[in-house]
Amino acid sequence: MTVPALLSVEDVAVDLPTPRGNLRAVDHVDLKIAAGRTLGIVGESGCGKTMLSRAILQLLPKKARLSGRVLFDGQDLPRIGAGALRRLRARSLAVVFQDPMTSLNPVLTIGTQLMETLREHLALDHAAARARSIALLAEVGIPAPEQRLKQYPHELSGGMRQRVAIAIALSCEPKLLIADEPTTALDVTIQAQILDLLAREQRRRHMAMILITHDLGIVAGRTDEVAVMYAGRVVERAPTPKLFKRMRMPYTQALLAAIPKLDAPPHAPLPAISGRPPDPTQPLDGCSFSPRCSHAGVRCHREKPVLRDVEEADHHYACFNPLEVAAGLGS
Amino acid sequence: MATLELTIRERIAARPARRASRLGLLFWLAIGWMALIFAVAIFADLLPLPSPTDMDMLEKRAAFSGEHWLGTDGLGRDELARLIFGARTSLVVGLCAPVIGVVIGGALGMLAGYFRGRFETLVVGCMDVLLAFPPLILALAVTAYLGQSILNLTLILGVLGIPAFTRVARAATLTLSRREFVIAAQALGATHARILLRELLPNVLLPLTAFFLVGVAITIVAEGALSFLGLGVPPPEPSWGSMIGEGRESLDIAPRLAFLPAIAMFLSVLSFNLVGDRLRALTDPRQGTL
Repeated sequence: MTVPALLSVEDVAVDLPTPRGNLRAVDHVDLKIAAGRTLGIVGESGCGKTMLSRAILQLLPKKARLSGRVLFDGQDLPRIGAGALRRLRARSLAVVFQDPMTSLNPVLTIGTQLMETLREHLALDHAAARARSIALLAEVGIPAPEQRLKQYPHELSGGMRQRVAIAIALSCEPKLLIADEPTTALDVTIQAQILDLLAREQRRRHMAMILITHDLGIVAGRTDEVAVMYAGRVVERAPTPKLFKRMRMPYTQALLAAIPKLDAPPHAPLPAISGRPPDPTQPLDGCSFSPRCSHAGVRCHREKPVLRDVEEADHHYACFNPLEVAAGLGS
Repeated sequence: MATLELTIRERIAARPARRASRLGLLFWLAIGWMALIFAVAIFADLLPLPSPTDMDMLEKRAAFSGEHWLGTDGLGRDELARLIFGARTSLVVGLCAPVIGVVIGGALGMLAGYFRGRFETLVVGCMDVLLAFPPLILALAVTAYLGQSILNLTLILGVLGIPAFTRVARAATLTLSRREFVIAAQALGATHARILLRELLPNVLLPLTAFFLVGVAITIVAEGALSFLGLGVPPPEPSWGSMIGEGRESLDIAPRLAFLPAIAMFLSVLSFNLVGDRLRALTDPRQGTL
């Protein structure tokens, strides 16, 4: 990659101690994202997507242990100390959460929540903060922003609330926005609007964005690069067009095949991935997807494949028996 | 188009009316009684009342009359004046003691619920000890050691109220600090103090306020019980509890001497409970879409 990375995650592992033993939520992940680019992180529930995002933001649960480096703008986040981290979070990092019902404080008005951040971090006075809040709400497509300032979160719809959450996240002009399943709690029509809004604001502000989702369809048109996670590891990483044209990891294909298609004949069975993800407290010797994989060979059960670029420099995958045929499923 | 607008306007107009009726007549009666009690207690010195401590041995247990509206007690003191000055004692103790509880208990509970860990274990352990300690024995010990006064009475009842407020605050904080808006605040660079005061406190205040009113009612009863036992306010000073205690001696001749302060206390406690309960129901997160 020629562009210097804004965020680079190097060999990050997150361990969570549980009563049943050590749980490795994120297993030695390497990722890079340059300014102004979008990275999609895709995987099923419990594959470590959210833990990875929390590791980047340094918002892991207290008991969790983090190893590896998270370099943001050349600073190693786990080691820069609380004060510097706080300043960095305020100005450069932002996050949008899955559920807008819980990510806004229910007893404070929209205006209080927006203006507080602005006054604290940008040192604006009351009038300036108010003007900017109104501008921000208008930017994220909220009608009558002046009246919204006086409203409480429960007076707004789910989509509106998510727009407010995005406005708060964007308020300090972050360099990196992490959207952790921003549309999972919303219905499909709102979903597209919110994603378009995120994409538009991202282009306008030239910020980097990490879009975390379990839906390959969402990342298809809206990201520059996609990392597919399974059981805490990145199993395939490639520029988005390349990944969809020619996916090599059987898991990625299975994930794509599991999206219901509108043009499928009625009563066509949905090709779900059989079995369950491996127990993260009991790591397997071989590839973690091998028990569910239709392409698995003897070697897959014995040895862990590493993430490598085999044919092309920017297409990494961790598989001994990659798919040879072009998947060509489209979305 | 016009009809549509009309229906919308009607619905908006109907909303405040529904909210008012939800509070109910009983709620407003309770508020009215509380206002009356507060007013007479605050302006007791300005009211044209006989002194509550002046004895008139010739008019012991006098019946209702123009001079003594509610008669006199066993020592010939004006019953109405004693009731009103007794309200003062009850309210001062009843309000100040829960304030001690809500401030200390609320702070401890929020810190314990937010920071967890060893501090939480310590706080919860201390509260369990305090809860397990028999309250009457503690009150006895403290009054015997420090002497009887309104201040000591308030302090004892305040300290005894701390565990309950701690539990309410901790329970609320525990659930709230898991909510994403707290993580979102952290992600925006908020300090612990800021999260506790700006994000969590406004949320925790709702259950605490509702419980505070219930606490006032409980404290008024507790103060009455202690005064009844002679552990409360020192004798010449009137208090509803001690008035009931004194009236007990003449229950067969003049039962009103025990019943009048009992009715005053009953109505006050009922009012605080009603208002507290209604406010709790209003702020119950299960009803609203918080």
